[in-house]
Amino acid sequence: MQKSNGLNLPWLFKMAWRDSRRNRSRLLLFISSIILGIGALVAIYSLGDNVRRDIDQQAASLLGADLEITANKQVTGPIKKMLDSLGDRRSREESFASMIFFPKNSGTRLVQVKAIDGEFPYYGSLETEPAQAGKAFRDTQAAVVDRTLMLQYNAQPGDSVKIGKVTFVIAGTLLKAPGQTGLSASVAPTVYIPLRFMKQTGLQQTGSRINYKFYYKYDQATNMNALIERLEPRLNHYSLSFDTIESQKEDTGRSFSDLNSFLSLVGFIALLLGCIGVASAIHIYIKEKIPSIAVIRCLGVKARQAFLIYLIQIAGIGLIGAVIGAALGTLIQQFLPFVLRDFIAVDITTGISWRAVTQGIILGLVISVLFALLPLISLRRISPLNTLRISANDNQLARDPAKWLVYLLIVGFIVAFSYLQLKSIERALFFTAGVITAFLVLTAMAYLVMWTVRRFFPVSWSYLWRQGLANLYRPNNQTIILLVSIGLGTAFICTLFAVQTLVLKRVTLSASGNQPTMVLFDIQKTQKEPLITLARQHALPIIQEVPIVNMRLEQYNGKTAATISGDSSFSRRAFTREYRVTYRDSLTESEKITKGEWHGSATADNGTVYVSLEQGFARRQHISIGDTMVFNVQGSLVPTIVGSFREVDWNRIQTNFLVVFPKGVLEQAPQFFVLLTRVATEQASARFQQAVVQNFPNISIIDLGLVIKTLDEILSKIGFVIRFMAAFSIITGLVVLIASVLISKYQRIQESVLLRTLGASRKQILFITALEYFFLGALAAATGILLSLIGSWLLAEYLFKTSYTPEWLPLLVIFLAIALLTMFIGLFNSRGILSKPPLEILRQES
Amino acid sequence: MDKILNIQQVSKTYQSAGRTLTVLHDINFSVDAGSTMSIVGPSGSGKTTLLGLCAGLDRSSEGFVELHNIRLNTLNEGQLAEVRNRYIGFIFQNFQLMPTLTALENVMVPLELRGEKKIRPIAMDLLDKVGLADRGHHYPSQLSGGEQQRVSLARAFSNKPQILFADEPTGSLDAETSERIIDLIFELNREAGTTLVMVTHDLDLAAKTQRIIRIKGGAIVSDQPTQAAIALQ
Repeated sequence: MQKSNGLNLPWLFKMAWRDSRRNRSRLLLFISSIILGIGALVAIYSLGDNVRRDIDQQAASLLGADLEITANKQVTGPIKKMLDSLGDRRSREESFASMIFFPKNSGTRLVQVKAIDGEFPYYGSLETEPAQAGKAFRDTQAAVVDRTLMLQYNAQPGDSVKIGKVTFVIAGTLLKAPGQTGLSASVAPTVYIPLRFMKQTGLQQTGSRINYKFYYKYDQATNMNALIERLEPRLNHYSLSFDTIESQKEDTGRSFSDLNSFLSLVGFIALLLGCIGVASAIHIYIKEKIPSIAVIRCLGVKARQAFLIYLIQIAGIGLIGAVIGAALGTLIQQFLPFVLRDFIAVDITTGISWRAVTQGIILGLVISVLFALLPLISLRRISPLNTLRISANDNQLARDPAKWLVYLLIVGFIVAFSYLQLKSIERALFFTAGVITAFLVLTAMAYLVMWTVRRFFPVSWSYLWRQGLANLYRPNNQTIILLVSIGLGTAFICTLFAVQTLVLKRVTLSASGNQPTMVLFDIQKTQKEPLITLARQHALPIIQEVPIVNMRLEQYNGKTAATISGDSSFSRRAFTREYRVTYRDSLTESEKITKGEWHGSATADNGTVYVSLEQGFARRQHISIGDTMVFNVQGSLVPTIVGSFREVDWNRIQTNFLVVFPKGVLEQAPQFFVLLTRVATEQASARFQQAVVQNFPNISIIDLGLVIKTLDEILSKIGFVIRFMAAFSIITGLVVLIASVLISKYQRIQESVLLRTLGASRKQILFITALEYFFLGALAAATGILLSLIGSWLLAEYLFKTSYTPEWLPLLVIFLAIALLTMFIGLFNSRGILSKPPLEILRQES
Repeated sequence: MDKILNIQQVSKTYQSAGRTLTVLHDINFSVDAGSTMSIVGPSGSGKTTLLGLCAGLDRSSEGFVELHNIRLNTLNEGQLAEVRNRYIGFIFQNFQLMPTLTALENVMVPLELRGEKKIRPIAMDLLDKVGLADRGHHYPSQLSGGEQQRVSLARAFSNKPQILFADEPTGSLDAETSERIIDLIFELNREAGTTLVMVTHDLDLAAKTQRIIRIKGGAIVSDQPTQAAIALQ
């Protein structure tokens, strides 16, 4: 026998083309499941490319200057001299949190005040409405106020706003400042004022937490790296930090890259869902092709030739799907700047990224072939004997060991893809394990559902009900694939909703009972008593009076910042940061000692000062009980011994501290106070805040309402992005559903024709079909909701440490919406079967 | 006369539900090149299994099958495919045309597989011989059962096979159409000098071949020449 290894590739392509003739629309339908996933990824990749270019182009305007130096205390002496000698043009900025007061409607709110001088920003501009306000406000007693504040307090340019003791005219609305995002504006809305009014505001007092920034512009081209290299030792020595255009670019790029990786992975999940849809559809397609494959095998086609014919076909259609997906992605990209506008500090452009398009096409091609391999490999085992005896090797198809190799390839591909996004093999493996677990759990649920329906469904029910339900587990059913895809999408959305509710509930709960709901801080010693009197006039209880002393760490176990070795587990930053410390003789309700012994009074310990450290801080710095720490309190050195570690519940609206001193040490040190009170209603809170701002303009206030409002805004902004991405999974699920319905149409036609021939009315067949899809949708939605409930309960129990009570109404709405949508899609796609005479359908389909 | 097919001590067993099922047992016969023969027997007697073994579609559990002096048991799947393409033609009860290919393309496939050139006129000529010259561009679903079987005939002869296996070739056709198809099979067979091995339970049809092997319960119960063979002699 002469051996021939020729594959006759041109003929294989010709056969793949010919064989696809009557199936092209079906094949396109299979591949439609991945179009959306590819679209999502191409959109995100394009965005990534464009934003990286935008960051490069707009890097200077992100910082607004060539160099920025930051200090957290007033600079004097030689440091000031050094700072004044840098750059050709200079600007200063002092920023701090403060209350502002809108006289027009008596509104008050904690904001970020930035007092600036000079021409900053040197690159880009303060975007304001009217446009000239960003420059003009510096020449008069005027302010520009963030858009969110203007909207919240219904303020207009020309109105006034009071900051400290000074009333400013609002010159304009601040739309955008260098490096600012919508999210940062939500957390801390900004008001710009001229620096020369800073002193008059009276806000520079003991304990005021002011950030000092110095912006420099170099008119001549300057090697910033060399400059920084020269300056760095001195900057470090004085605890000053710095930013250049290059470092700002890296920072922005890094944070965007994290966001981009997250979005890519969510898009990838949608793509994986689609791929499972593809694998499932091709499985049915190949099953239908068994007779044709057996025939060509009889005619002399080798197994691998037959395999290649269909591989070429799938690769071809995968390529088309990927190209359509890439085109769709380029289109979707146009909407992403709108979706992500609150997260990215640069103006996003939306040009076509050919790199992203190419990546998307290659990914689409590879992944469609990879997932199609699962059903395709079984094709190698189709015996020509099938021409004589159908189902000659049905069992062999299911038991092909090569499928494990394909599973391995798929897992390898997911790990590789996630590694490329996350750049960490550990996180990539974690992501892959997470995805596989989610899929396995959903698949297991699907099997459980099918088993339960089969096992427990009452046989006494009418035929129509039994038939509708039996369709869920009959051969070639789509139950698993739909439960996985629609279930995952539903779980996404429901969990997101639950987390949003949980976070808000956690905050609300923390202020329930007799817990404080308002924190007043930056209170000077002289203001304490009058403020308490004012609070009593408003019938508010003083729950806690907390003294705060600022200090630095001078020595740890005898070592200073200068003498501690670089490889020590004790971070050098612990010496440069400022500690806000309190002193008291007892623990608060939110604290408990986890190690060591609490010492409430230094006098009782014969003058030995035992401090208590927050356990997380102690752990990070590798501090042990009995270690010595010398603190510098405004020039006086205070030696202490670490006496205890405390566990602190940071989630309450109250003051918490890394370091707590005993009584009898700091009473005479320069200090300021924080007061905690409880306000019953929003109106009472507003009245009290107005009174405080008018009498004590330097005192800042945070109340529960503000915290909840800010959290709500942040969560809804993040939630919008997640919902947008989850929509890809849900829509993919629906596309898979449409594809599944159409693919299994032939079986349905045969059944429907048989039923109609036996006398079933259109109405009865419609009822069976409606039932089947309603159950599919309902089970998928219920599975997703159940998973979400379990996930949310775990999150509540272990992360948010609260009880979880599901909100049933929204869940019911989601459940019904998904179940009904699935049913209508199922019915819509089956309409052809119902409206035509049986014979006509049989002729068409034969 | 040369032997085109030689079956020696062939048995076929299957494993089913943990039990060994013997479908064919100790089958021995050979077929002269250019002759015609039928395998007849009741349903489940093993005749289709025997056809599958003879045509290299399946492997015997014991014994060997030689086709054109090639021992099929020793070949791998790829080599078996090549044997089928080079020496064998098939006619099936359900026609087994590729639904996505036109009649002409269906006929061309075996030739294309061989990598032959200028095959279109050959395929057209064959379609002409079966009376379907004007239906070459039609898909199987656009043809009647008889027409589909005629295309199947044209395809079976397209690679000039040494041996033609026919599995109930008229099983899906009405009497009148069956008659025409049978005439066509024998006519083309004579013209090409091909060996014909046919599985059928139509004894009238079997009687038109030169030899009938009767099979029952997986074993040959008789192997006799027919009147047609005697007449020919």
